[in-house]
Amino acid sequence: MQNTANNSHPKGSVWTDPKARAWLFQIIAVIAVVAMGWYLFDNTQSNLEKRGITSGFSFLSNSAGFGIAQHLIDYSESDSYGRVFVIGLLNTLLVSVIGIVLATILGFILGVARLSPNWLISKMATVYIETFRNIPPLLQIFFWYFAVMLSLPGPRQSLGVGETFFLNSRGLYMPAPSPTDSFGTFIGALLIAIIAIVLLGRWAKARREATGKVFHVSIAAAVVIIVLPGMALLFAGNPLQWETPALSGFNFRGGWVMIPELIALTLALTIYTAAFIAENVRSGIMAVSHGQTEAARSLGLSGAITLRLVIIPQALRVIIPPLTSQYLNLAKNSSLAAGIGYPDMVSLFAGTVLNQTGQAIEVIAITMSVYLAISISISMLMNWYNKRIALIER
Amino acid sequence: MKMVKSTLAVLTTAAVLGVSGFAQAGATLDAVQKKGFVQCGISDGLPGFSYADAKGNYLGLDVDVCRAVAAAVFGDATKVKYSPLTAKERFTALQSGEVDILSRNTTWTSSRDAGLGLNFAGVNYYDGQGFLVNKKLGVSSAKELDGATVCIQAGTTTELNLSDYFRASGMKYTPITYDTSDESAKSVEAGRCDVLTSDQSQLYAQRIKLAAPDEYVVLPEVISKEPLGPVVRQGDEEWFDIVRWSLYAMVNAEEMGINSKNVEEMAKTTKNPDIARLLGAEGEFGKDLKLPKDWAVKIVKQVGNYGESFDRNVGAGSALKIERGLNALWNKGGLQYAPPVR
Repeated sequence: MQNTANNSHPKGSVWTDPKARAWLFQIIAVIAVVAMGWYLFDNTQSNLEKRGITSGFSFLSNSAGFGIAQHLIDYSESDSYGRVFVIGLLNTLLVSVIGIVLATILGFILGVARLSPNWLISKMATVYIETFRNIPPLLQIFFWYFAVMLSLPGPRQSLGVGETFFLNSRGLYMPAPSPTDSFGTFIGALLIAIIAIVLLGRWAKARREATGKVFHVSIAAAVVIIVLPGMALLFAGNPLQWETPALSGFNFRGGWVMIPELIALTLALTIYTAAFIAENVRSGIMAVSHGQTEAARSLGLSGAITLRLVIIPQALRVIIPPLTSQYLNLAKNSSLAAGIGYPDMVSLFAGTVLNQTGQAIEVIAITMSVYLAISISISMLMNWYNKRIALIER
Repeated sequence: MKMVKSTLAVLTTAAVLGVSGFAQAGATLDAVQKKGFVQCGISDGLPGFSYADAKGNYLGLDVDVCRAVAAAVFGDATKVKYSPLTAKERFTALQSGEVDILSRNTTWTSSRDAGLGLNFAGVNYYDGQGFLVNKKLGVSSAKELDGATVCIQAGTTTELNLSDYFRASGMKYTPITYDTSDESAKSVEAGRCDVLTSDQSQLYAQRIKLAAPDEYVVLPEVISKEPLGPVVRQGDEEWFDIVRWSLYAMVNAEEMGINSKNVEEMAKTTKNPDIARLLGAEGEFGKDLKLPKDWAVKIVKQVGNYGESFDRNVGAGSALKIERGLNALWNKGGLQYAPPVR
């Protein structure tokens, strides 16, 4: 018996041993990929050199020499390309973060609305979702920018709310706060209030678990957070002073401005992505079996508590993974900013800087790595959160 | 769309630089002769310089440079294929070999000449940067622009000049940077910016595209030197010479009084040795360039001399009505000067 087995599968040959064969092919594949990569790199390098095209990353320390419409950190024309890169990155992150927060809020509202027993609300949510997720995002950006923002009146005919907020084709102007001497006292009081509320919450939870008595933390918290900073305000004076924008020369000066490119881009990305998030939320809620609700109700839990403690925790497990993809999409779609001149990573760094320096390969490589890094960070954060809320099977 | 295109162009560069060998001297001419046409990178729509007419034919001063090269190489000015490029895409397209000539109102600067692996073959238009404003603003000089919002096209020398000018004058401004000149013009109309800045020739060209051109004025200040000219890849001197001398042939022809109507007659009857050398009746100039003997005759016959091309596209005979100014011949008070043929 053993003899025949040995005859039909002779040992010793690499080709007939599945394990050795698998190893062999994997090694060959790795060598081929590395060799190909090395060949491309080496050939590019030598050709760049032969054609007299400058390469390397030393350009990052050269002075940029052009102006930028929106910079979150200080910038002047004599700063380096490296700083321009940081400004572009911050602008991309700004629009991504605002977009993600707003899209999540809007998406959750819409997703729940679509499941509403109210016919009108659910149909309105359906129409919203079906419309906005089926129009390409670039078109939506163009719509909000060219058709909405740029058709607002000019600075001298601004739409104003009181004498503090102004909306015109140059953007939304609002008062800018700056801290006064009593700012520290106010923040201190606020911090103490927050710590007190956290401690109160812990105490209330421990007491409920021990004795079953419910303490309404929310009312106490509201009192604490109003009274403590309120007292600071009363005794130490106003912590902030406001600088209001005023028309001078061509434009409004002073205050904060949200440029129309940022408004259009944020609106378009939020509205577009919220439609997808709404569908994720709906699928998550529908995935929780109705028996769970019935069981919770028969235990005497109220509707709101059922939703908060039974449905949502289970729904989140279904919602989080596809939600991560939507966050990634939003961050990547923010590169469409180049279409309307918002100074993001792509339009500023892979656009202007690329063209002023001509170092296409380096600039594109940096830009691609940045998007990769942003996406991987979002994805890691969401995976960590997903793991935390996942069902732990015993 | 633009984004996709520029990214593609960049990726192609990476791929082409990575895979193809190094362009040897003479390789471009051989390749052009083999494929049977000149691939020419032009602007994405700039009246007078490069734009498509109602029938889809490309016209303009920059287009004429490519047509002249095609006339010299093939004896037929129509053997050109055009690639409209944005300012951002242009150098990558040339570096990667996507186009043979870049004739796209490109400013000749030291960093572009030395750092990008490119060579400027000459200057077909001497320009300078200016400002276009709405008359309603009541501005009559660029010195009054403190605090203005300025629309620009991305990736141009304009961006740098603008910043230099405002810094030197101690004024503040907010730049809004768009991909195409059309977008920036549209934004000025919508009131997003107070000022549009670009090379003056482009401002005149953009103005006729606005809904109400009469409401806009070009301010008198010229804040920079902008010599615009055709560009080729570095490392192929033969092709560089062909492009350079195709342009010079047009300038020399104007200086010698040769035009599209009299060129064939002159080639047969001329007694002037200068003209005879240029038109191939005497000497071996065409052979040195690896071109047919009558290459310059074909250029002038089919494209015209420099003055004809200027008048037809941007000068008195066009909608732009730009004065010759700096672009007059050197002996008429301008800067257009071609080395002698001998």
